[in-house]
Amino acid sequence: MADRITLQLARYRPEEEPEPSFQEYEVPCREDWVVLDGLNYVKDRLDGTLSYRWSCRMGICGSCGMTVNGEPKLTCATFLADYVPGPVRVEPLRNFPVIRDLVVELGDFMRKLTSVQPWIVREEEKPLSEGEYRQTPAQLDLYQQYSMCINCMLCYAACPVYGLDPKFLGPAAIALAQRYNLDSRDQGVGERLEVLSQDEGIWGCTFVGDCTRVCPKNVDPAGAIQRYKLTAALEWLKGFFVPWGAR
Amino acid sequence: MAKRPIEPFLWILFSAGGVLAALLIPVLLALFGLAFPLGWLPAPDHAHLLAVLGHPVPRVVLFLLGTFSLFHWAHRFRYALYDGLQIKHLNELINLFCYGGAMIGSAAAGYLLWQIP
Amino acid sequence: MSEPPAYREFHPRWYRPRMSTWWWLKRGSHLAFILRELSSIFVAWSVVFFLLLVTAVSRGEDAYRDFLSWTGSPGILLLNLVSLFFVVFHAVTWFNLAPQAMVVRVRGKRVPGAWIAASNYAAWALLSALVAWLFLGG
Repeated sequence: MADRITLQLARYRPEEEPEPSFQEYEVPCREDWVVLDGLNYVKDRLDGTLSYRWSCRMGICGSCGMTVNGEPKLTCATFLADYVPGPVRVEPLRNFPVIRDLVVELGDFMRKLTSVQPWIVREEEKPLSEGEYRQTPAQLDLYQQYSMCINCMLCYAACPVYGLDPKFLGPAAIALAQRYNLDSRDQGVGERLEVLSQDEGIWGCTFVGDCTRVCPKNVDPAGAIQRYKLTAALEWLKGFFVPWGAR
Repeated sequence: MAKRPIEPFLWILFSAGGVLAALLIPVLLALFGLAFPLGWLPAPDHAHLLAVLGHPVPRVVLFLLGTFSLFHWAHRFRYALYDGLQIKHLNELINLFCYGGAMIGSAAAGYLLWQIP
Repeated sequence: MSEPPAYREFHPRWYRPRMSTWWWLKRGSHLAFILRELSSIFVAWSVVFFLLLVTAVSRGEDAYRDFLSWTGSPGILLLNLVSLFFVVFHAVTWFNLAPQAMVVRVRGKRVPGAWIAASNYAAWALLSALVAWLFLGG
């Protein structure tokens, strides 16, 4: 195995250049090294001016998503050895504005996330004395897959609809809305429907399916969106045929 | 609900058309588009076809297949234009062309199937 | 929906590349997507083709014979060959994606996607056989 590999890193220094460029660094290529280890080596030993986000190094925090050789990846879970002999091209996540080097602006995603109320909504909290809200394993099973989302935004980077129209609510926000819609303790379905059933909500999705392909946690946002389309369509039909029964 | 959004309705038409088209169009097209003209299978004679199409069930099935499939086309083609050519600003024109086309096509299908003796 | 991120004073310039018009040529999955969407054109053509057949049949035996010889002309044959490829592509992608959109539960357990896809294919085979029998024998 080659003991060194070349990283081609996207650099963007807004105070110096109008557009990003690439800079090459040679880093050790060890069997157990991931792309993030390579970036840390560059930052520590070769060029301290490199900017990028990372935290946990174990696929939980969702901070280190970048584009590796054209694919959205968690750099902490992408091994350098898989790219031998290199070079490995690392760019910021697609479809987001780039602030600096490999750092993207995520305010848009954060606003969309909160707009679907990804938390348990109760019409009325039951008093503490009545104890906790209990759930059977079968009820947990209904939404558990969607609760694995770590907000890493790889699905947004993979989604051409979001790239074309930044107003689109996007895969993770809809999947997380479904996570709470399907939770037996939640009563916020109606409020979320208002947001999700807009044209830029679920209806913007054309089921390209790349969000599901790149998801590091097997959340299947594309499936969540299509399932919700079916729900919303049935809801629409119900309102059409029994208008007095509609909410 | 105060306002009735149109998007769910269009999606229902799209999905129903997708299912019907997937189930029925391949075999019909393989028979009438290739197998009969190329002589792989003997083409049914006129009397037999008239008997089949004269029955209300195939006629209704063909009408539903035609209508839903055309709305299926309208929906997909509209989004293909939005995404593939990035011309969402021509939204109104595209809607008129796609859904208007599907409506005219459906009316024509109804008329032509009604005309079968 | 949320408005695009606002510009803040003293904030460094953000770099925002625009998506190429030809984005769907650059990735296999995107090309498959656009071909899947374009299959709808051939679905629409098939409907037009069937309506022409219906018209010919209702006009009488001569019109039907003319229709049959018209379908044998090279241009129409080629068009129908391409259309068949696309409508089969539509059917296969549709049936394969259906399990993702539909969750069926039997006694609380989620039915595996492969079963749903398999039942779609079974229905497809059954209906195709029925249609063929209707026009060839029945």
